[in-house]
Amino acid sequence: MTLAALLFLGPLLAAAGFLLGRRAARQARTSDVGTPVEHATFETLHTASLAAPPLRAGLTAEAARKSARGLRSLLGTDALCLTDREAILTWDGAGEQHHGAQVLDQVRALLETGRDKAFALSCDDLDCPLRWAVAVPLTVDDRVLGTLIAYAPRESAVLARAAGEVGRWVSVQLELAELDRSRTRLIEAEIKALRAQISPHFIFNSLAAIASFVRTDPERARELLLEFADFTRYSFRRHGDFTTLAEELHSIDQYLALVRARFGDRLSVTLQVAPEVLPVSLPFLCLQPLVENAVKHGVEGAVGAGRITISALDAGNEAEVVIEDDGAGMEPERLRRILRGEGGASGGIGLLNVDERLRQVYGDAYGLVIETGVGAGMKITVRIPKYRAGVHS
Amino acid sequence: MSQTYAVVAVTAVVLATVLVGGFGLRISRTTSDFYVASRTVGPGLNAAAISGEYLSAASFLGIAGLVLVQGPDMLWYPVGYTAGYLVLLLFVAAPLRRSGAYTLPDFAEARLESPGVRRLVSVFVVGAGWLYLVPQLQGAGLTLKILTGAPGWLGPVLVAAVVVVAVAAGGMRSITFVQAFQYWLKLTALLIPVFFLVLAWRGDGAPRPVYDEPAALRHQQTVHVADTLTLRLTDPLPVRATGTVDGRPRHGEALTLARGEHRVGAGTRLALAAATRVPGTAARTEHPLYATYGLIVATFLGTMGLPHVVVRFYTSPGGREARRATVVVLVLIGAFYLLPPVYGALGRLYAPELALTGDADAAVLLLPERLVGGAGGDLLGALVAGGAFAAFLSTASGLTMAVAGVLTQDVLPSRGIRHFRLATPVAISVPLVGALLVSGVPVADAVGMAFAVSASSFCPLLVLGIWWRRLTPPGAAAGLLLGGGSALLAVAATVLGLAPPGLAHALLAWPAVWSVPVGFLAMIGVSLATPGRIPAGTNAAMTRFHLPESLARGGGAPR
Repeated sequence: MTLAALLFLGPLLAAAGFLLGRRAARQARTSDVGTPVEHATFETLHTASLAAPPLRAGLTAEAARKSARGLRSLLGTDALCLTDREAILTWDGAGEQHHGAQVLDQVRALLETGRDKAFALSCDDLDCPLRWAVAVPLTVDDRVLGTLIAYAPRESAVLARAAGEVGRWVSVQLELAELDRSRTRLIEAEIKALRAQISPHFIFNSLAAIASFVRTDPERARELLLEFADFTRYSFRRHGDFTTLAEELHSIDQYLALVRARFGDRLSVTLQVAPEVLPVSLPFLCLQPLVENAVKHGVEGAVGAGRITISALDAGNEAEVVIEDDGAGMEPERLRRILRGEGGASGGIGLLNVDERLRQVYGDAYGLVIETGVGAGMKITVRIPKYRAGVHS
Repeated sequence: MSQTYAVVAVTAVVLATVLVGGFGLRISRTTSDFYVASRTVGPGLNAAAISGEYLSAASFLGIAGLVLVQGPDMLWYPVGYTAGYLVLLLFVAAPLRRSGAYTLPDFAEARLESPGVRRLVSVFVVGAGWLYLVPQLQGAGLTLKILTGAPGWLGPVLVAAVVVVAVAAGGMRSITFVQAFQYWLKLTALLIPVFFLVLAWRGDGAPRPVYDEPAALRHQQTVHVADTLTLRLTDPLPVRATGTVDGRPRHGEALTLARGEHRVGAGTRLALAAATRVPGTAARTEHPLYATYGLIVATFLGTMGLPHVVVRFYTSPGGREARRATVVVLVLIGAFYLLPPVYGALGRLYAPELALTGDADAAVLLLPERLVGGAGGDLLGALVAGGAFAAFLSTASGLTMAVAGVLTQDVLPSRGIRHFRLATPVAISVPLVGALLVSGVPVADAVGMAFAVSASSFCPLLVLGIWWRRLTPPGAAAGLLLGGGSALLAVAATVLGLAPPGLAHALLAWPAVWSVPVGFLAMIGVSLATPGRIPAGTNAAMTRFHLPESLARGGGAPR
């Protein structure tokens, strides 16, 4: 937080200092409290604090609109424009009609390089006050998210400097926004991880299926209850982020036993496991949700029988686990949205959660690989390095 | 010998390896068999797999050849190869398995938390692996030459091609079942002929091999010299030569080759009369005692660092199982190593002329035909040939996989499984070139050099890494560079023929006696000098290495 505060205060003070002199020169207003210089400082800080909160939502059109007025008064320019990488987010002040169209062309280079750019404007309207502009990038983690453009009647080194400082200040606000978002995502991921461990529907369905056996086949009911107890004990275990492939597969076996109690002959499962990969360590419960997903899409929606194939093979330094079903499949675009986290609460939390955790542990090269199409089933491939520093069950 | 049987046997072994590798054991199971499918590899099966991968051309052919030429001194080879597992069992097996490391670079990273040391270890793994692959390929060349008269380069190319094809087909994934099967195949291939050979020997009146004087020929023998060769005789040798000897054409006249060097041209036939005493060729070294100690140190301490051996321990479910597997390995390879010396002793009696041309490694292949003869001899010979090829293929594939794995992970930019397949040709082409260029080093000696490098670099790393808290990354790097590096240079100088004769040659050819202490001392010294660099996670790593899994896990590392 100290760093953020420094980042925040440094440019702000510089901008404040600059505006101080400018304001003092333009209108020598006196105040009840403090010297004129101090008064100007207060005013600047106040304006800045009003502009900040909307920006904490990120660089959106609404946030830009709300903050633009404050930013323009901070700079004291005739017009101010905020853009993201594709479009103008807001235009505050005069001249949008005859300058708005060219803005994106003018800042294209800046979006690539991330360097400030000043340029002269040509305009047919003789009364137009905008003759010169300076554009500064808004960056988060070295990525240029958008630009801030300040317009003026004539070239001004002072304005160029001020715009640079304000641009940096806005960038800091956006960085804080990013921080907020990632914190939120982390909390969400934790909640999802908890929810991914065991689904309430699964509990209801399993208990109902077991109940149906209690009279007809009490011995089987007893076995299923024991499987259920084992399965829940594994899913609810508290210690360790990692497990072995052998334990994970064992838990999947118990899960499938319970699912088969419900679906009977409608579900057939084929397994192919290379014993060499059983000791491989992997994140806890990162395969079971995939099998659950296969059951859901392969059997629950289908009319006829469904088939699920699970294979775990030895592939050099990695283990390759493939989970395949012959169910309804999915529109690839929808799947892409789910994996981006835009699928809503309805579906795919398991997939997204597993994908995120795999990437977090092993890096982006080890995310889920999913092949699917409508009516073509779904094939999920997980690659797990046999050894990774810090990963041991 | 009838070539047909042998060719059929070798082809069968090669085809079986490729097919099993390519299609894998594609036994799909239904869920009811889940427990069978998901059962981890037990110590017995794992031990057979380790033995199958471990028993190489040096064990199968080389030991018999050395015993034939040099006599019982060479029994230190099988003793060393076996005793290496005892050291492994006592100091390394269980902690290494508990570390969760899949390769030696993994172990270095897990223990020392240093990418630099990891990379250094990778270089040595690749180096030792390549050094070990060369004699495997040479052995294949020799076998094929003896069996079919094919040119010497064909065998190495064939083995290299089979390994590359099988890996590219997605197979030969160090499959435990296949490697375990290879062990039993190799054992059978030596065990069954041995019964017949011993029976034939007893039928012959059970003569005793003599070692303190040159072996005498029992029958007239004709030696066919395929490639131009230099004979270094310690005693005069009467022969009838057809071809070129010392640059002069000969047409079957009797002559006595005097003591000293003689050049025999390609295609020459040397007929040796019965009861001729075959003189020993020049002694391997002028310092046999030192060489023996060098061999003992290298094989005792080098086994633990062989890349294809370390990988296998990962398959054990836990530290205890790894240790059990090692005990079974001791029994299995101990049983196997009883056989090659028998071949060596019988070879001294019945095929001493092999020592003359430097083809002593072929003794195992030729004895069935010599002693049993007829169709039976041909069949037994084919069995031995098939076993020999199983030995080349299993060890070569295990080593190639291990080297390719390290190359993909630490040397080439990683893009997963596809890169792994690309790395395979690289992993085997370098030793292939080496095998084609370098010749004249007996198979077992060349393997001994790989052991020496492994003993001087990985043994200090593993032993100190597992048992000494104060090891630091700079210390480990220094030990690897000084110990392993000097051993590697010494061995390279020997292979390239740069070593001066005399004591220097002995020191360079059997470097383990001095390079292992150098490695240990450098590691300890530099570690003590850099106490500030002890990795932060040392205590956690040590706890994991030495506590039983159930305890370590039950203790619950804080999340």
